[in-house]
Amino acid sequence: MERYTMSGYDVINTRAPRLDAPDKATGRAKYIDDLRMPGMLFGALLQSPLAHAKILNIDATEARRLSGVKCILTADDTGMVQYGVSPARYDETIFCKEKVRYVGDEIAAVAAVDLETAQKAVSLIKVDYEELPAVFTPEAAMAEGAPVIHDDYPGNLCAEVHQEFGDVEAAFKECDLIRTDTFKNKRQDAAFLEPNGCVADYDHMGYLTLHTSTQVPHYVQRTVAMVLGLPVGKVRVIKPYVGGGFGPKAAANPMELAASLLSIKTGRPIKMNYDREQVFLFSRARHQFTHVLTTGVKKDGTLLALKNECYLEGGAYASFGIATVYYAGSLLGGPYKLPNMKYDGYRVYTNKPACGAQRGHGGVAARAAWEQQLDVIAEELGMDPIELRLKNMMSAGDVTCNDLNMSSLGMKECIEAVRDGSGWTEKRGKTPKGKGIGMACGFFVSGAGYPIYRSDTYHSTVSIKLSEDGGTAHVYTGAAEIGQGSDTTMAMIAAEALGVPLDQVSISSGDTEFGVDLGAYSSRQTLMTGHATKMAAESVKAQVLEVLSQALDVPIEEMDVKKGRIVFKKTKPDFELIRTRYIKEHRGWKDQPIGDELTFREAARVAYLARGTIVGTGKYKPGELGGKFKGAAVGTSPAYGCSAQVVQLSVDLETGKVSVDRMTDAHDCGFAINRTSVEAQMEGSLSMGLGEAMFEEVKFDEKGHVLNANLGEYKIPTALDMPPIDAIIVESNEPNGPFGAKEVGEGAIMPTIPAILNAVYDATGVRIWELPLTPERVYMALKKKKER
Amino acid sequence: MKRLIRLNVNDKDYEIAVKPNQTLADVIRDEIGLTGTKKGCEVGECGTCTVILDGKPVNSCLVLAVQADGRNILTIEGLETDQGLHPIQQSFVEKGAVQCGFCTSGMILSAKSLLDRNPDADETEIRSAISGNLCRCTGYQKIVEAIASVKKEASPA
Repeated sequence: MERYTMSGYDVINTRAPRLDAPDKATGRAKYIDDLRMPGMLFGALLQSPLAHAKILNIDATEARRLSGVKCILTADDTGMVQYGVSPARYDETIFCKEKVRYVGDEIAAVAAVDLETAQKAVSLIKVDYEELPAVFTPEAAMAEGAPVIHDDYPGNLCAEVHQEFGDVEAAFKECDLIRTDTFKNKRQDAAFLEPNGCVADYDHMGYLTLHTSTQVPHYVQRTVAMVLGLPVGKVRVIKPYVGGGFGPKAAANPMELAASLLSIKTGRPIKMNYDREQVFLFSRARHQFTHVLTTGVKKDGTLLALKNECYLEGGAYASFGIATVYYAGSLLGGPYKLPNMKYDGYRVYTNKPACGAQRGHGGVAARAAWEQQLDVIAEELGMDPIELRLKNMMSAGDVTCNDLNMSSLGMKECIEAVRDGSGWTEKRGKTPKGKGIGMACGFFVSGAGYPIYRSDTYHSTVSIKLSEDGGTAHVYTGAAEIGQGSDTTMAMIAAEALGVPLDQVSISSGDTEFGVDLGAYSSRQTLMTGHATKMAAESVKAQVLEVLSQALDVPIEEMDVKKGRIVFKKTKPDFELIRTRYIKEHRGWKDQPIGDELTFREAARVAYLARGTIVGTGKYKPGELGGKFKGAAVGTSPAYGCSAQVVQLSVDLETGKVSVDRMTDAHDCGFAINRTSVEAQMEGSLSMGLGEAMFEEVKFDEKGHVLNANLGEYKIPTALDMPPIDAIIVESNEPNGPFGAKEVGEGAIMPTIPAILNAVYDATGVRIWELPLTPERVYMALKKKKER
Repeated sequence: MKRLIRLNVNDKDYEIAVKPNQTLADVIRDEIGLTGTKKGCEVGECGTCTVILDGKPVNSCLVLAVQADGRNILTIEGLETDQGLHPIQQSFVEKGAVQCGFCTSGMILSAKSLLDRNPDADETEIRSAISGNLCRCTGYQKIVEAIASVKKEASPA
């Protein structure tokens, strides 16, 4: 835990408190459910009670008669524009027409004077169904003669991937040890604390404003415009504070579309919320993956080949699934030197809520499976797990066999940091029975290399406007602050690049009017929005200095801005005229500039007087990345963050209960813009990973109903489940990142599950290949071992 | 049929006509307009709606408004004074204990309730006191640190 700064910067690389923290700590911060508008109606959704059924008839007569009901919409009112996440699989419509595909599928929406009336009306809509046979597992869905969920996808295969880099079979012939293991995680729910909600407001000028708890205002704007047939410029999406996202809020949802349409039809603002059960039904969270991994090594531990076969239980719609199934292969390309890799992935439709993206998109289960298998291999070779990893570790500049470029990689430094920080060397092999220590590594993208829809769009555009008194730089960005701290990060980058203190920067974000930004997913904003922010700030600074250069007859190159003051590198000119002018224009003000240094405020005022409002813009998109093979885009990124973790835990050998005692995590974030926020992302990642490892599983009955659609029975870690965490920041100075920065938000989750699994083995001698680590599963594994 | 109740919220008296099935959380948010109290699950599992009722932390989604008739309620908005943020709020800000902020109100009120009873609470007691307040962002690390660092100075409000 470094508690110091050595960067020489004034604002970044510090522990500046988050700008939004005081409002959030006092209850002032507004979230979507805190929004009220005059004349607002309340919406509710009718969702399918059946997992798979034909819709024979919908009768809303009685519901329409209910006093207080203002509008009822079904598929007949909406047109059938198909949408989704990836244009290659637009397989959703706002409402179901012919059939429903999972329990929770949307059939109709109601707007009424209050929520009670809307819900009552929903209950009065009569739907006649003809129930169809349903499938709930990939095995059942892929079986011969299985019921077909989407006519366009016979065999229920939503997407399949077949890739080979090098020659895996030939490489296996060179191997001294080949192991095959099968690993299974479980469907997770993102369990953000704030249920999704929105308020749609269509005005008389034909503009739709959609306030919504989203990670991606830009993608929501595009989807709403496309589905409702509106020009993009007539749809404005505004994100208030968002109570966590973690992936499932990274695309438009049917509620946003229904509320928008209800507002267009009624001319009134429409408020809609998911309750907690609906959050589980909408899902779009972590898939269930079954990985069959075959890894071949030489006697000395050199990795030669990996064969990865993976089945994803995807639910009823594609959502992010195409990207997910690619990521489940591509993210094993590193961080180890692996010359040969073959991947066969299958994402399968089932009659369950659709899975999508969740923190560590597509790579978490694969990483858990492989990092545990690497430990087994190390043991069979008589090597220390750290030794095996260091032997095969890539270094900066290496390119994976699937063309991912590790432009910076502090992996070795991360391993050494957790080894030394956890006391690995002293503890490994010396812990008493029932106590274990384990480690693992991982890496992740710093922003997807390409947008979700095919486009040459900029990934981020940012404007910075100076207030006319010169005192405040206002940053405008469409980037999404969803709790991770991006507003503060961007304000810090702007302040540093402009040369002013942080309290002279304000930020407005999460609004499509402020520019294009692809939003908060794939750990992209620090790098991508950061670049655009830095560029906008540099432009503002250059414009001010240009005017100043003329006014003072000093060449621009001889000036700079630092800590809110103009730095004259050679001789300081006489700036009395500028000061006098500023003071004259602010008669009555008590905070006039004084002293023998010219302030940025004065210079900025002069620039405004000369040129009008000073606005700087910045933009960013990555260059062309990755290989030429099919699916090469998924996994590409301008940079990769990486991390190593050590977990220490106890297993009750009588009951099988696992308690994690301590976690040590080191993450290479390139360069920490805000050190506290970097640690905070690491700690949150570890917590989510611990939850998936230990408790989390969305369960279903045999009819496809979620059995634990609540936070009591779907268990996420509490303060008592989490151990103390040591978060160690490693900085490798990423050449493609602003100020050297890259991701931290998702990569830090990668090693958590396998580090826990490896520690469980160290404590018990039992390898567990299926999550979660319930006491029952661990107990049964211990019992089986005893019987052997 | 609505019923008239009296609530004292953050030292201010209110007379409000409420429905018998209206929860305290809804009355605080919708009738009184104090939206710092959050609703994450509405069945008493997440702790985001925590308020202090007659000195004890409760899930306000599990309390009917009529049950609170005549009682004193402290919400997150009642902590800040003209002296500035409450020390616990200040500590959450400084230690980075706030991320998305949705659990923060409840978390701070549970912490206050603990420190009012036990200003010297140790880490286990802190973790136990906030174990009914779920947080998905922080891993609780900085929240525990924030509460631990404030405990010595905390004074009953």
